[in-house]
Amino acid sequence: MPDIPAVEFTAVSRHFGAVRAVDGVDLTIAEGSFFAMLGPSGSGKTTCLRLISGFEVPTAGTIRILGQDVGRVPPNRRNVNTVFQDYALFPHLSVRDNVAYGLMVKGVDRARRLTRADEMLALVKLEGYGDRRPAQLSGGQRQRVALARALINEPRVLLLDEPLGALDLKLREAMQDELKALQHRLGITFVFVTHDQSEALSMADHLAVFNEGRIAQIGTPAEVYARPRTRFVADFVGSSNVLPPEVAARLGGPAAWASLRPEALRLAPAAGAALTGPVVATRYLGAGSRVVVRLPGTDLAALVPAGQPLPAEGETVGLTFAPADLHPMEGER
Amino acid sequence: MHSDRAPLSLKVAAGAGLLFLHLPILLIFLYAFTTEERSYQFPPPGLTLKWFAVAWDRPDIWPALRLSLAVAALATLIAMVLGTLVAAAMAQSRFFGRDQISLLILLPIALPGVITGMSLRSAFSVLDIPFSTLTIVLGHATFCIVIVYNNAVARFRRLSGGILEASADLGATGFQTFRHVLLPNLGSALLAGGMLAFALSFDEVIVTTFTAGQQQTLPIWMLEELVRPRQRPVTNVVAIVVFLATVIPILIGYSLTRHGSETAGAGK
Repeated sequence: MPDIPAVEFTAVSRHFGAVRAVDGVDLTIAEGSFFAMLGPSGSGKTTCLRLISGFEVPTAGTIRILGQDVGRVPPNRRNVNTVFQDYALFPHLSVRDNVAYGLMVKGVDRARRLTRADEMLALVKLEGYGDRRPAQLSGGQRQRVALARALINEPRVLLLDEPLGALDLKLREAMQDELKALQHRLGITFVFVTHDQSEALSMADHLAVFNEGRIAQIGTPAEVYARPRTRFVADFVGSSNVLPPEVAARLGGPAAWASLRPEALRLAPAAGAALTGPVVATRYLGAGSRVVVRLPGTDLAALVPAGQPLPAEGETVGLTFAPADLHPMEGER
Repeated sequence: MHSDRAPLSLKVAAGAGLLFLHLPILLIFLYAFTTEERSYQFPPPGLTLKWFAVAWDRPDIWPALRLSLAVAALATLIAMVLGTLVAAAMAQSRFFGRDQISLLILLPIALPGVITGMSLRSAFSVLDIPFSTLTIVLGHATFCIVIVYNNAVARFRRLSGGILEASADLGATGFQTFRHVLLPNLGSALLAGGMLAFALSFDEVIVTTFTAGQQQTLPIWMLEELVRPRQRPVTNVVAIVVFLATVIPILIGYSLTRHGSETAGAGK
C-alpha cells in the first residue's frame, strides 16, 4: 500500500453556527481504495465529501489530498472530481460537450477534447449518445454521463455523492458492479457517500459509519458488520438484535450492550432449548424469513433461510446461537 | 367536477367578456382609417389612409417617439443589470433580512403608480434634481427592475445550484462558469425580462407624469392630443404604433419563457 494516503483528515470540524455538521473527524483513505461514507441524513457524510471537493471549508483541522494541505485551495484547483447526486449536467450542452467541459475550461483544442469525450463515453458504454441533450436521456444514462464528465480530467480521487440513489433497484445493482469494475480498472480512489448500508457493504473496501458529525466506526465491511463498535452502528448497519446489558448477561455474555445478528440465531424445538418464547411476527424477505420471538425482556429477530419450515405466529419455539456471535459493544448511540 | 363541455351560458358569458375587453382595441384601429376627424362616430362615414401620411409629417410626434424609445431603452438597460444582480444575490445566498428585502424589491410593482410617482417627485425635489429625461428613466427603472428580477430569479431557482458547482468542480474559474454555464442558461429569461420591461416603460403614463419636466413621451402626447378636437385619427395611428411596440416584445418575451415557470411580469 502506498505511503501517502489519497485523503487525510486531521481533527476536521465544520460548524454551521451552533450546528456541528462535522465534529473532530480523523480519517485516512488509502490511495486506490473504494471508500464508503455511510450514515443517516444529517450525519455529516455529505459535508465531509464537500470538504474534500472544496465546496466547504473546515472550521478547524487539516485536510490533505495526496499529501498536499488543501486548506486554501479552491474547488477548481483540486485534482478531485465529483459525480453529483442530481448529476448536475449542463442542460444547454450536448452530452459530448458536457463530458468535454473539463478539458474546454483547461483550453484543450476542440478536436482533441471531443475525441477524448467520445473515448470517455465509450468507457461508460454510451457510444453514439454524444449528440443528445441530457434531457433526452434516462436516469441511468445521465448518471453515466456525469461519471464520464468527472473522469475526463483524470482525477486521482473521484467523489460520488449518493451516486445510485435515484436509480431503480435493478439498475442500481448493475451500476454497483460496473462502478466497482471501473474503479478496479482505473486504479484511482473512489470515495462515495450513501445512506444505504447494503450498498456500502457490497461496494466498499473500507467504510466509515457517520453519526451526528462524528465517525462511529471505520473498518472493512466485514469488520463493521460482524463487530459493530457501538449500538448506533449495530442498529444502522444491518438489522441486528441490540441487547441491553441485563439481557446480554442472561444470555451468557458480559453485562454490556451487545449485538446478535439475526442470521446467527437458529430455531430449535422448544423442548430442551435454553431460550424459548412465542413467535410474535414473521416477515417474508425472499431469500429467507425474519421471525421475531418474544423472550422475557426483549424480542429477538432470527433469519430463517428459505426452504426451512416456518413456525406459525403464537407457536412457542426455541432459539440457539454460538456464544462467539454475542458481540459486546459500547453503549453509545 | 370537471367536464369537457361547458354549458352554453358560460360560453356566452366568456365570449361577451372577451369581446368587452378586445372590441375597443379593434375600434381604435378602425378609427385610424376614418374620414371624420372631429368625433368618433360609428360607423365611420368613410375609410382613408391619409392619417398615416399626416402623422408622418407632424413634427410634434417625432421627439415624443424618440424620447419614449430612449427612456425605454435606458430604463431596460439599468433594470437588466441591477435586476440580474439582485436576482443572483437572492437566489444564491442566504442572509439576514433576505425575505424582507425580497418584498421591498417587489413593492414598486405592487404600489399604485401614483404613489411611486409622488414619492419620486418629492424625492427629486428634495434632492434638487431637475426634472429631465434622466428622472423619467429613473422612475421607469423602479418597476422595470422588478420585471427583470422576477424573470431572472425564477430561472436562477430552476438552475440547480449543482451546475455552477459542477463547473467549478471541473476546473472552471468564476468567469468561465459565468460565461459558459450561467449566461447561456439565463439568457432567454433575461431577454424576456428585458422585452417586457421595454414594453412596460414604452407605454407608461402615471409615473412619467410625475417625473417628467417639459418633455413628452408618446403616451403623454396621446393623452394631451385626445382633449384637442383636431386631427383625431392621428392619435389612433400613434396608438397603433404604441400597440405594436408593446405587444410584439411581450409576445416574444412570453414565447421565450412559456416553457419555464417564470412569472411573466404582469400587473403594471
